[in-house]
Amino acid sequence: MDIFGWIQLVLFVAVLLLLTKPMGIYLFRVLEPGEKTILPRVFGRVETFLYKIIGIDKDREQNWKEYGLALGLFSIIGLFLTYFILRFQNHLPLNPQHFGAVKAHLAFNTAVSFATNTNWQSYAGETTMSHFSQMVALTFQNFISAAVGIAVAAALVRGIARHRSQTIGNFWVDLVRTILYILLPLSLILALFFVSQGVIQNLNGDVQVTTVTTLEFQAGKGGKDGKEIVQTIPQGPVASQEAIKILGTNGGGFFNANSAHPYENPTPLSNFIQVLAIFLIPSGLTYYLGQVTKNKKHGWSVWTAMALLFLAAVLVCWYAEAQGNSRFETLGLSTNSNMEGKEVRFGVFNSALYATVTTDASCGAVNSMHDSFTPLGGLVTLIDIQLGEVVFGGVGSGLYGMLIFIILAVFLAGLMVGRTPEYLGKKIDIYDVKLCVFIILVTAFFILGPAAWAVSAKWGVSQVNNAGPHGLSEILYAFSSAAGNNGSAFAGLATNTPVYNIILGLVMIAGRFLVIVPVLALAGNMAKKKLTPPGSGSFPVHGLTFIILLVGTVIIVGLLTFLPALSLGPVAEHFLMTGSNKLF
Amino acid sequence: MRAKTTTLFQKEILIQALKDSVKKLNPKTMVKNPVMFVTEVCAVITTAAIFQAHPGETAGFIMQISLWLWFTVLFANFAEAVAEGRGKAQANALKKTRTHTSANKLEEDGSTAQVLAEDLRKNHIVVVTAGEIIPADGEVIEGIATVDESAITGESAPVIRESGGDRSAVTGGTRVLSDKIIVRVTADPGESFLDRMIALVEGANRRKTPNEISLTILLSALSIIFMTAIITLKFFGMYYHALFSITVLVSLLVCLMPTTIGGLLSAIGIAGIDRLVQANVLAMSGRAVEAAGDIDVLLLDKTGTITIGDRQAVEFIPALGVSVEQLADAAQLSSLADETPEGRSIVILAKKHGLRGRPISEFPQAKFISFSAQTRMSGIDFGERQVRKGSAAAISQFIGKEFPGDVKQTVEKISRSGGTALVVADRANVLGVIHLKDIVKGGLRDRFTRLRAMGIKTVMITGDNRLTASTIAAEAGVDDFLAEARPEDKLALIRKEQRKGYLVAMTGDGTNDAPALAQADVGVAMNTGTQAAKEAGNMVDLDSNPTKLIEIIEIGKQMLMTRGALTTFSIANDVAKYFAIIPAMLIGLFPEVGPLNIMKLASPDSAILSAVIFNALIIIMLIPLALKGVKFRPMKASVLLRRNLLVYGLGGLIIPFLGIKLIDLLINLFGVV
Repeated sequence: MDIFGWIQLVLFVAVLLLLTKPMGIYLFRVLEPGEKTILPRVFGRVETFLYKIIGIDKDREQNWKEYGLALGLFSIIGLFLTYFILRFQNHLPLNPQHFGAVKAHLAFNTAVSFATNTNWQSYAGETTMSHFSQMVALTFQNFISAAVGIAVAAALVRGIARHRSQTIGNFWVDLVRTILYILLPLSLILALFFVSQGVIQNLNGDVQVTTVTTLEFQAGKGGKDGKEIVQTIPQGPVASQEAIKILGTNGGGFFNANSAHPYENPTPLSNFIQVLAIFLIPSGLTYYLGQVTKNKKHGWSVWTAMALLFLAAVLVCWYAEAQGNSRFETLGLSTNSNMEGKEVRFGVFNSALYATVTTDASCGAVNSMHDSFTPLGGLVTLIDIQLGEVVFGGVGSGLYGMLIFIILAVFLAGLMVGRTPEYLGKKIDIYDVKLCVFIILVTAFFILGPAAWAVSAKWGVSQVNNAGPHGLSEILYAFSSAAGNNGSAFAGLATNTPVYNIILGLVMIAGRFLVIVPVLALAGNMAKKKLTPPGSGSFPVHGLTFIILLVGTVIIVGLLTFLPALSLGPVAEHFLMTGSNKLF
Repeated sequence: MRAKTTTLFQKEILIQALKDSVKKLNPKTMVKNPVMFVTEVCAVITTAAIFQAHPGETAGFIMQISLWLWFTVLFANFAEAVAEGRGKAQANALKKTRTHTSANKLEEDGSTAQVLAEDLRKNHIVVVTAGEIIPADGEVIEGIATVDESAITGESAPVIRESGGDRSAVTGGTRVLSDKIIVRVTADPGESFLDRMIALVEGANRRKTPNEISLTILLSALSIIFMTAIITLKFFGMYYHALFSITVLVSLLVCLMPTTIGGLLSAIGIAGIDRLVQANVLAMSGRAVEAAGDIDVLLLDKTGTITIGDRQAVEFIPALGVSVEQLADAAQLSSLADETPEGRSIVILAKKHGLRGRPISEFPQAKFISFSAQTRMSGIDFGERQVRKGSAAAISQFIGKEFPGDVKQTVEKISRSGGTALVVADRANVLGVIHLKDIVKGGLRDRFTRLRAMGIKTVMITGDNRLTASTIAAEAGVDDFLAEARPEDKLALIRKEQRKGYLVAMTGDGTNDAPALAQADVGVAMNTGTQAAKEAGNMVDLDSNPTKLIEIIEIGKQMLMTRGALTTFSIANDVAKYFAIIPAMLIGLFPEVGPLNIMKLASPDSAILSAVIFNALIIIMLIPLALKGVKFRPMKASVLLRRNLLVYGLGGLIIPFLGIKLIDLLINLFGVV
């Protein structure tokens, strides 16, 4: 844990803090009905045109059922579109490598994965997907799945803030405005920045290059022993996909190596901007929450709770990776630091930071291999996902996930102030509690259930590359990542099999839509209620007590569920490593 | 019935509760409490497991686990049974007042017939004469009588009940002391006031309140989550070809489920209603008690609630050229024969000016003019003196001329401030003015400050003009007032506050209060009030003390707080239990996980048993807290939250570590496992 790491950590948190308010205000302008952005001239016409072709009246708001129906239909259509593009990519243009059609189960898994903002990749992008598939099927989904998440969060926040309202906004308006005013402009800027750092953006086929050095271990594969080696380097429209991959907390890389690949994430600066961009919108949404509910202190308290959870996670992860493994030294290495699976240009700190950020948010992009982390470092990433990715979290999904925890925290402790628990002036009733516990149940159910099936069935265990607790962690990670719509992997597990692809696909659908539907129902129920003005008897939702309460609830309610399983995976692995030097 | 506060654990109640807690093991009863139902199923499973011990486990160990799981269920049942037992003890006390009386029923033809009280129905007419017990709840339709209501209210002074007006309601079981009244019965047998009260404290018609339902759902969901975690754990174990024993898995499940709050939840609710009954308040439903905790706005009548009923003399203001002593002397003289509270207050005020009390016998020759509503004046004639005091108008008439300028100004000033001015004169000489005003009851200001601290707004309702109202409102420290209020204004105010999203509570006694009482979220009717008022409200205060509302709110809040505190405690407990059981489970598989056993529990078996025992014992230890309720102090919600989070949240984290360690030491000391 060196000084450079500390400096970067402080810098990261400081810049994030600085960007939160402007991003939040901008989100408010875009999402709040009646507010205007600074971009109406440029995009206003496009916006109006889009409403005309969809055939909607932008001033007509929807109740939660209409909102949910629109969202559901839209997602299903998008899902099918993506599926068919992948299935027929060999007949479609922009396929310089002449890749064949994607297999049905993989196309299903991938379509679901991108439509649910998970971006779990059972394939290697550069050897499977045509440029057309990457650009039209996948990048398109990156935009809309991110916008859907933000729309749902906005709907819930509106529901909380409104007084006796039947409606929670208009899905089409939220979708169009989010893409047009937030995702597209920011992606454009980011993409250009990435190009400046060396990220490629072209439609070329693979390039053959002769390497300068000769590498012995590649002798069998590419060239002759000790001689020049010809390497195949895939090309493609990387920068444009990279921008939205990060910004929309999607995480699906153009290349299999994701952000560890120099074409996706070439420099320390591009790395810094990537981690920042992952948290940018989720962090801004906390300010948006404060702004809409007219309680900015609450927004900042939620931000602080998230920041504390983030700092705890990143410090543990960084510490674990820096401590590394005592056996390294005995093998003659100069340091114990765990550099296995990490890029030298990023080092231990930036790898730990990226891993924490990508799992805190439901991003899933990686710049190092989580599978190679120390047991504790890996445990952190696993826990981050299992907490529901509410530490800043995915775009939109992080906020609505955290709001579920907030409502639960307020309900659990709210009685302690001697009143019916009340969140921002809304009494929490039986229906709200039902919806919130349903969401918590979904997460627990769809992570633990399929994982338990997989570890005890042949189809599950046969794909594991590592023995002992690490193999168990890999399976647990896969289902956590799928149910949490994260998309990163403990890559030791080979999941491109029909059973894994289909089950993971179903888990992703459950983890996304079995959460979104009750969240919208919650928004509808909240909107209908009377808004009681706050008084000194109201439950305080800002300040240190609230922050501690929220952090405690996330940890206890979120974590206790998974501790038994975790103790058999990374926890056991850790003690095996420290206790008897066993590695897996 | 002025319920004597039942001590927490009376022998009879405990014995009965022990019996009941076994009876409650019936799965049909248990299923109403999902958390404890699952615990019971777990107890059954472990009992079965005794006969087929898991390899490496002794039957003795399984038997002990099984025994403690049964205890866990029994302790929870016991908590509920004790709470119910206390209610029943009170109900029995009430039942004793329900003497089986006969009644003189007035038939339509005018004759009376002797019938049993049980046979009376709604709208029957009965005649009750002095010395008889009123056979049923009803309304006086003819006559006036003094009634001893001590059986219900515990207040020994008899009260007057008369037809018409706001004092026409009579309660079955009370005794007529004088005169004769004709009463129309307003309740069928089994539905009377007393019956409802008995049913409520017995817990017979106890329904879960909304918060209780929400909490039950949450606790059930947590239990399902933990069941998922434990069942899948079995499969994760299979990955290592390790077969976790059913006893260990079930122990972990019971420890993780929120059994503490699950076991005490219904006891808390019953105890809340019980506390209310002890405060001599009858709630029509548990829901009303819960709503009391949520009240945002409190409407209070001025007269009788905020001020003591009558005005009191507070100051002598002499006319120009007259000393205060002279005025005080004359005021005292003129009030010697004035037996009204105002008159007496003048004598008391004079005493404060150094004048000793003078009995009337000191003036054998004097002629006393006592106060009458017509003259609105009282006084004394002796020797040359004709001392009078009375309203400005009456005295002005008496002296036959206008007051001097300064006196006139004083009178105006007093009226403007909302007080009443009495002028004192000796023949034609005006001596000065006595300032009478409403006196705010002692300690109220303090209570309103406490209410404000809890975030409750107090609004005073009065028929007085704005001026008078604002003076008293300022003095009493209420947040707002409604002057010149008519009954319909009260209703409108309640609706207005409710539209803003507030919950409103009020007290009332008159028939014209009924609509407002019905509209209010918590409407407390005075027992002395009319039947209409009692039926409209959702609580009746047997002491007819309007400030009781404040206590009711505190009881409601206390009930909610107790639930919240025990829930937090229960969930926080899980952390320690994990550290007890998880290492114990894993150590056989991976001996390296030893350091995880941070409590250094002696063996896997003793660790698991200790956690299970702690989990059972904590229920018993918390029964007193559940029944008494957590300590309530009025303070801001944020302060309250910090305090309770510290005590029950942090306490809930730490205590089980200590408790489990202690139990582990003990069971190893005695070599139980």
